[in-house]
Amino acid sequence: MTAPVETEDETGTPDGTPQQELRSYLWGYGLSLLLTLPVFGAVAWEWLSQTALWWAIGAAALGQIAVQFRFFLHIRLKGQAKEDLQLILFTALILGMMGGGTIWILHNLDSRMGGP
Amino acid sequence: MNTETGRHPGLNLGSGHADAHGEAEALVFGFWVFMMSDLVTFGLLLATYVTMLDNLAGGPGPKDLFELKPVFIETLVLLTSSLTYGMAVLSLKHGPGHRVGPVLAWLGLTLMLGLAFVAMEAKDLHAILGKGGAPQRSGFLSAYWALVPLHALHVTAAAIWLMAIAAQIWRFGLDTSVKTALLRLGVLWHFLDVVWIAIVSVVFLGGLA
Repeated sequence: MTAPVETEDETGTPDGTPQQELRSYLWGYGLSLLLTLPVFGAVAWEWLSQTALWWAIGAAALGQIAVQFRFFLHIRLKGQAKEDLQLILFTALILGMMGGGTIWILHNLDSRMGGP
Repeated sequence: MNTETGRHPGLNLGSGHADAHGEAEALVFGFWVFMMSDLVTFGLLLATYVTMLDNLAGGPGPKDLFELKPVFIETLVLLTSSLTYGMAVLSLKHGPGHRVGPVLAWLGLTLMLGLAFVAMEAKDLHAILGKGGAPQRSGFLSAYWALVPLHALHVTAAAIWLMAIAAQIWRFGLDTSVKTALLRLGVLWHFLDVVWIAIVSVVFLGGLA
C-alpha cells in the first residue's frame, strides 16, 4: 500500500489523510460525549432551575446535532457535489412550519377552549 | 484546509475505490433524500408528542414512567455504535488488499451495540407497560408509543440490514455493491443517532427536568 496521494485528485477524497480521518471521527465522538454527559448530570442532580435546564438541554441538543452532521455524516458548509446541506435546511424549514405550527395552533386552541 | 468536493453524505471512499466512489454519488444522494423525508416523519411525531404532553387523562405522566439511567446507557451505546460504524468504513477505505477481517470485526461490534440498544429499549417499554402506561391509556401515551418504538424499529431494521451486508461480505468479498451498501447503511446509522438525540432531549430529558 503506497502513501495516500488522493488529495489533489479530482476523484479524490475530501477527508484528508487516513490519520486526519480517524482523528475526525474521534473528535466527533469526544464532542458528542461532551455534549451528552453534563446534560444528563444536570438533570439527574438538578443543578439548575427547570427553565434553565430546558434551555441547556435545547442548546446541547442543537450542538450535538451539528456535531453528528459534521463529523459522522460529513456535511460541510461548502464543497458538496450535491445539495445535501440545502436538503437539511429545507427539511428544517418544513419541520419548523409544520411542527412549530402544530404546537402553536394546538396550544392556542387549548387555551381558548379553557384547557389546563 | 482542503477544498475538495464531497460527493455524498458520509465518508467518501475516494479514488482508491474508483468504481464504488463513482456509483456512490447518485445512490447515497437518493438515500439522503429518503432520510430527509424520514426526518419529517419523526419531527411531526415529536410535535404531536409535545401537543399531547398535558393530555394524561388521569394516567401516568413522564415523571411516573421514565427513568434517566437506562436512557443514559442507551444514549452512550448508540453514540459508541456510531464511532464503531465509522471505524468499519475507515477500515474498508484504507484496509490493505481488500481484507475483510477488520471490516467484519467492526461491523460485528456495531451490530452488538445496536442489538443491545434495542434490547434495553424493549425492556424500558415493557417496564412502562407494567406501570400502567399502555398506548390506549391517554393521548400522551399514544403519542409516546407512536414516537419512541418507531425509532427502535428503525434501529432493528438497520441491524437486520447490517447482518445482510455482513453476509454478503462473507460470501462475495468487498465488491462494489457491498461498498455502496455500506455507505448507505452508514448514512442511516448516523441519522438514527440524530433522531435519538432529538427524542432524548424532548421526551426524556425534557420530561424529567
